[in-house]
Amino acid sequence: MVKGQVATLLYVIVFAPLAGAVVNGLFSRWLSRRFVSAAGVGAPFLSFAAALYSFVGLMGLRGQEPEFTAVSTTLFSWISTGPISIDFSLYLDPLSMVMTLVVTGVGSLIHLYSVGYMHGDPSYARYFSHLNLFMFSMLLLVLGRSLLLLFVGWEGVGLCSYLLIGFWFSDMDKAIAGKKAFIVNRIGDFGFLLGMFVLLFWMGGTLDIPALRDAVTSPDSRIASMTGAVTVVTLCLFVGATGKSAQIPLYVWLPDAMAGPTPVSALIHAATMVTAGVYMIARLNFLFVLAPVTMAVVAGVGALTALFAASIGLAQNDIKKVLAYSTVSQLGYMFLGVGMGAFGAGIFHLMTHAFFKACLFLGAGSVIHAMHGEQDIQKMGGLARSMPITRATFLISCLAIAGVPGLSGFFSKDEILYGAFVLRHGSGAVAPWLGKLYFALALAAALMTATYMFRLYFLTFSGEMRSHDAHPHESPATMTIPLILLAAGAIAAGWVGLPDEKWNLFHHYLEPVFAWSGERIVSTGNHALEFTLMGLSSVVALTGIGLAWLMYRGAWRDEPERIARALPRLYRAVFNKYYVDELYAFLFVRPLQRLSRWSFRWVDAGLVDGVLVNGSARSVRGVGLLTRMMVNGDVQAYAVAVFVGLAVLVWWMF
Amino acid sequence: MSGELLAFYVLAGAAVAGALCVVLPPFGRNPLHAALALLATLAFVAGVFVILSAHLVAVLQVLVYVGAVMVLFTFVVLLLNLRREEFIGARVTPWKVGAVAAAAVFAVKTARAVVAAATGARAADLAAPGLETYGGIRDVGRELVTTYLFPFELTSILLLVAILGAVLIARRREGGAP
Amino acid sequence: MTSIPLSHVLVLALALFTIGAVGVMTRRNLLVVLMSIELMLNGANVAFLGFARWHGDSLAHAAVFIVMAVAAAEVSVGLALAMALFRHGRTVDVDRSTRLKG
Repeated sequence: MVKGQVATLLYVIVFAPLAGAVVNGLFSRWLSRRFVSAAGVGAPFLSFAAALYSFVGLMGLRGQEPEFTAVSTTLFSWISTGPISIDFSLYLDPLSMVMTLVVTGVGSLIHLYSVGYMHGDPSYARYFSHLNLFMFSMLLLVLGRSLLLLFVGWEGVGLCSYLLIGFWFSDMDKAIAGKKAFIVNRIGDFGFLLGMFVLLFWMGGTLDIPALRDAVTSPDSRIASMTGAVTVVTLCLFVGATGKSAQIPLYVWLPDAMAGPTPVSALIHAATMVTAGVYMIARLNFLFVLAPVTMAVVAGVGALTALFAASIGLAQNDIKKVLAYSTVSQLGYMFLGVGMGAFGAGIFHLMTHAFFKACLFLGAGSVIHAMHGEQDIQKMGGLARSMPITRATFLISCLAIAGVPGLSGFFSKDEILYGAFVLRHGSGAVAPWLGKLYFALALAAALMTATYMFRLYFLTFSGEMRSHDAHPHESPATMTIPLILLAAGAIAAGWVGLPDEKWNLFHHYLEPVFAWSGERIVSTGNHALEFTLMGLSSVVALTGIGLAWLMYRGAWRDEPERIARALPRLYRAVFNKYYVDELYAFLFVRPLQRLSRWSFRWVDAGLVDGVLVNGSARSVRGVGLLTRMMVNGDVQAYAVAVFVGLAVLVWWMF
Repeated sequence: MSGELLAFYVLAGAAVAGALCVVLPPFGRNPLHAALALLATLAFVAGVFVILSAHLVAVLQVLVYVGAVMVLFTFVVLLLNLRREEFIGARVTPWKVGAVAAAAVFAVKTARAVVAAATGARAADLAAPGLETYGGIRDVGRELVTTYLFPFELTSILLLVAILGAVLIARRREGGAP
Repeated sequence: MTSIPLSHVLVLALALFTIGAVGVMTRRNLLVVLMSIELMLNGANVAFLGFARWHGDSLAHAAVFIVMAVAAAEVSVGLALAMALFRHGRTVDVDRSTRLKG
């Protein structure tokens, strides 16, 4: 009964945003701005309401059905060719339920916020149309039952990301940023596609996720023994994840993606789309857990990215760039979590991060709004007085991301750190010290996180205004209400995952999804160790905050300058993001451009245009010139032609 | 060889020779000479017609061709009063070579085929009963107004149109336009 | 009474026709070209009458009669054209009259 309702509601969840996108995208010319807002914001809220209803309804079933709670519904048979049969099916299990709630919940708030943020924009309807289309794609990604449908959503969010980063496309830099995001993502998507092909054709598998899961987890599974192939598949899929989730080496697009409107950064480049890679790995946990090497790689890339991006974040002056690198860094944590086998922890961090990072971005948007487009934090300061709500919510989120005890980030990040410290892959294929190394990297990143976040906070909100022509004011209610709600989430979201077996509701909820994989992960931890590590990370967080306070508010106020002067090379390298963009430009972009130019000149202009297009025209013209010689106006030539024909005929007949 | 046959060969040879004179350059360079050669040719062909017992047609040949058509030709040639130098510098173009080659092929092949087909065929005999009036006005006239009535009437329309067309084309444009 | 072999009559017709055709194709003076056309028509008439005699049927004579009428019409129009051409370009050289060149 409830399941039937939920199956119907799944369509509402997925297609309500699509309807909003279609209405605003095609008919905005005839719609009033009020209607555009209502449709654009109403659609995700409708999705959220449906998701919430489904959640409550399914929770009610948990007591009766101890088994796996999942709802599936098929709209139509999408691809049916020979051995391959793929349906357009939606699939709701606890994991996708969590993701759906996060996406629709945070997404709805950001839509609401956008009403205030974008109120003067001439392309208001286009903005909401793209944003709704993004919601649709993201929900398709989350709820797609088949890996291929997930990929459709995956590409859809990539497209919307491109459209929204380049939303103000008349600005060349922003258009280029959109292009960069799209192209870098394409590289990752190629890996994803390759992984799907291998899965489908090498391993004779299916792309249907539950079916795949059954095939893998059955006792006499064939796939479970193909470690090499599984490693290839999972590595390919992980390449896709590094593109979408901005991990080393494909993270370079995310900081540039800040060119889009700030709510877009909050929704797509912080809370939802960039977590798709983490979600995908968690979704396929049963497959990844079969490949210990891939797991180690995932965790390693995650830990490295966390540290690397955090260190860059220390030296950035653009408020959104700092948050962008922070996002890259936090995504690294999530990958560390899922890579170590703490899938629940990774998803937990994904959820808490969605709250506080969305709140941070929206707060930054509020600041930028108030500062009339100024994004340089060196020119801000003292905003606490004029923007109390923004300041309070921003502070809460900073505390949460820094990992101050009691706030959401603390619980989730701690779980990941603890997981990195104690979890081992059951196969023993990975060296035991690797986890400890990752833990150390992640702890260092945590210190930096606390430092740069509070550097950002202090430079922005405390002290005196360093810009003279700014008259900051608090943002309207449509912007502050989402901020308040998200800040509340940043506080409360952590409490569903208390570090105790009994009270970790989040893990209990996700238990059915990760149970099989969990058996293959060995834990060497205990409660005492967990609390010790908690204490350690709390100390680290507070140290980081203290450092930031000393350097930007307290006695060491000259220290940043001094360090920058003492280590000019290091400072410049960090300030310039380690020259990674330049390196990529040298290694890939410029050779590619040369190749493109070459192929343009020789293949396109030379072969295609010269030989094929103009060549065919020239040959037609040549034939025309030849035949024109016959039609030369000389009547006698025509007579000769006739007579030669007659002669040939006679020759042939007699 | 009977006299009739002999006359045929003489007349045929003369006709071919005249035709060659019309076409070949030494004569034909002057259109008036060509016209005269044509006149002779048509007269010889009229003779051939007589030998072929086509009396009416032979008379018509003389009247229409030798009389009307050739007068017209001569008249125009003299009217235009073409200077010789206008046609000097005859060129041997690929077209002309091809034309002569094609004509040679056509003539040789067709002649061989005709000779091969007609050799040994039954000869015509006009002495057979009922053929005394062959080629006379009565016979041909009857055919014209019975079997060929429609083409005959059409011919009159054709001639009318030709007269009108010739007048229209040859007329000097009013106002002195080209 | 000896009769003339049909093949000889036909060869005469062929000769007249071919000579006329060569004239049509090679001569540059429009008047001579028209004369050559007359030669060709006469060749055809000879063939008509040769066959008529061979069949002992005078039906073809009527055809020749019509051919003559057509030839007369053709000559009158052709000569009119020649005059128009001459007035237009002071020449009846068909090699130079290529105004209709495509």
